[in-house]
Amino acid sequence: MTDKTAVKVRIQDLSKAFHTNGHEIRVLEDIDLEVRNGELVCILGPSGCGKSTLLNIVGGFLPASSGEVTIDGLPVREPDPRRIFVFQERGVFPWLTVEGNIGFGISDLPPKEKAARIAHYVRLVGLEGFESAYPQELSGGMKQRVEVARALAVNPDVLYLDEPFGALDSITRLVMRSELLRIWEAERKTILFVTHDIEESCQLADRIVVLSARPASIRRVVEVDMPHPRDLSSPRYLALRDSILEEIGLAHRI
Amino acid sequence: MARPVPTDSTTLENRRARPAHTLARALVPLSGIAVLVLLWDVALSVGEGPFQLLPRPLAVVRAIGELAQKGFLLKHVVASLFRVTWGYVAAVVVGIPLGIVLGWYRRGGMAIAPLLEILRPISPLAWIPLAILWFGVGDISAVFIIFLASLFPLTLTAMNAVRGVELVHVNAGRNFGLRVPELLRRVIYPAILPQLLVGLRLSLGIAWLVVVAAEMIAVSSGLGFLIIDARNAGNRYDLVVAGMVLIGVIGIALDAMMRGLERSKALAWGYTSVNDAAP
Repeated sequence: MTDKTAVKVRIQDLSKAFHTNGHEIRVLEDIDLEVRNGELVCILGPSGCGKSTLLNIVGGFLPASSGEVTIDGLPVREPDPRRIFVFQERGVFPWLTVEGNIGFGISDLPPKEKAARIAHYVRLVGLEGFESAYPQELSGGMKQRVEVARALAVNPDVLYLDEPFGALDSITRLVMRSELLRIWEAERKTILFVTHDIEESCQLADRIVVLSARPASIRRVVEVDMPHPRDLSSPRYLALRDSILEEIGLAHRI
Repeated sequence: MARPVPTDSTTLENRRARPAHTLARALVPLSGIAVLVLLWDVALSVGEGPFQLLPRPLAVVRAIGELAQKGFLLKHVVASLFRVTWGYVAAVVVGIPLGIVLGWYRRGGMAIAPLLEILRPISPLAWIPLAILWFGVGDISAVFIIFLASLFPLTLTAMNAVRGVELVHVNAGRNFGLRVPELLRRVIYPAILPQLLVGLRLSLGIAWLVVVAAEMIAVSSGLGFLIIDARNAGNRYDLVVAGMVLIGVIGIALDAMMRGLERSKALAWGYTSVNDAAP
């Protein structure tokens, strides 16, 4: 099916600067990264370091100042339904029901097929019984599931997740992480996951890309050679977490 | 898992104590009117001076009866509603798409918004001489005045609502491959619908205010004409007040109709267009 060693997303010499009131703010500097097909890569960095900007450029929402992003060898110029960006739960359309949201990107399908696809993803994200609920009737975690299901329904190759669980409470966040892994194992999408949460990146990623503070550049790329499910109290996991804490320069004692 | 119940009991509206009994709930709003009518009647029966020319409540009721009997009631009400409908509908058809486009295309909006802002504070009634010059005395002039009166607030409401649409929603729409016309129809329009409904209600209120004034000058039918004619043709103040009461009652009815539209769940989020609804 998919070649696991093929490069899906290639980021080359990417830099980005914003100009405001005559000042130049450099946000990203010389980012080089290759993401393989079906890989789950976490981009980890401190708040405000520019990791969201990076993801927005990769997603085609922002132009780069220099450098290039290619996907399957083709340069990215604009957003594309083959690669869906999942915002925090703010991205669900409040005027549509759960079904309406999940079916948003597949309105061209024949009705029967569309209904089947919606039903499938409603089940996948565990929202049975809420099909005709509106987002304002849902909790934050449920809205987040709607957004993930809406993204998956168009069967994209790549998912971009921008701190998707940042606004959730810590219990829901843990549940959503294991849900994401379950879905990822079922669907094998290539996933770029932006987070500032070290634990989150250690729990999820095949590889962790550690960014520096602004202007962000890649400090280190950590291969995480641990199968899922990961034991969060195993020495290997703790050693990984501690090495990243050290990399970022934080003492792990409070 | 139980469905979370939305709780918006934090607004003043919801906090206000409501009479538990349905009958009481219906009577409370009427009691204010009843007291006013009573005071009105008592004041006229004891006082003296020019205020005494005001008809007593019963005389107003009789005047309305007289209008109904002679067929004037229906004629004037229909004439006024007819003008409001055409002027307002024309303003909706022109103003909302115009506002959406101006809100979407920033540069176009920046070029035209100042013009709209200058025209808006000019009372629609100031256009009456020009309307008569262009369209003569008659329905078209009155409809034109109502059109202008509703057009500016509707256009500006739509424009500002589009500017306030969440960028994530626009980006999500683009991500799913929507081009501009589809984006306007499937993201922008439903996103601004709640604000549009408020704008529609307020501008219908303005249209109803304006039609009465326009009819006093530009035409010879309608509730506005009834009032000015009753005064000019024999100081029939009972008919004047009857006209005022009718205007108020119809105004409330129009407002209630638009509020119903705002509250209807199908229109104000969650709104589901045919295309987005799951089959």
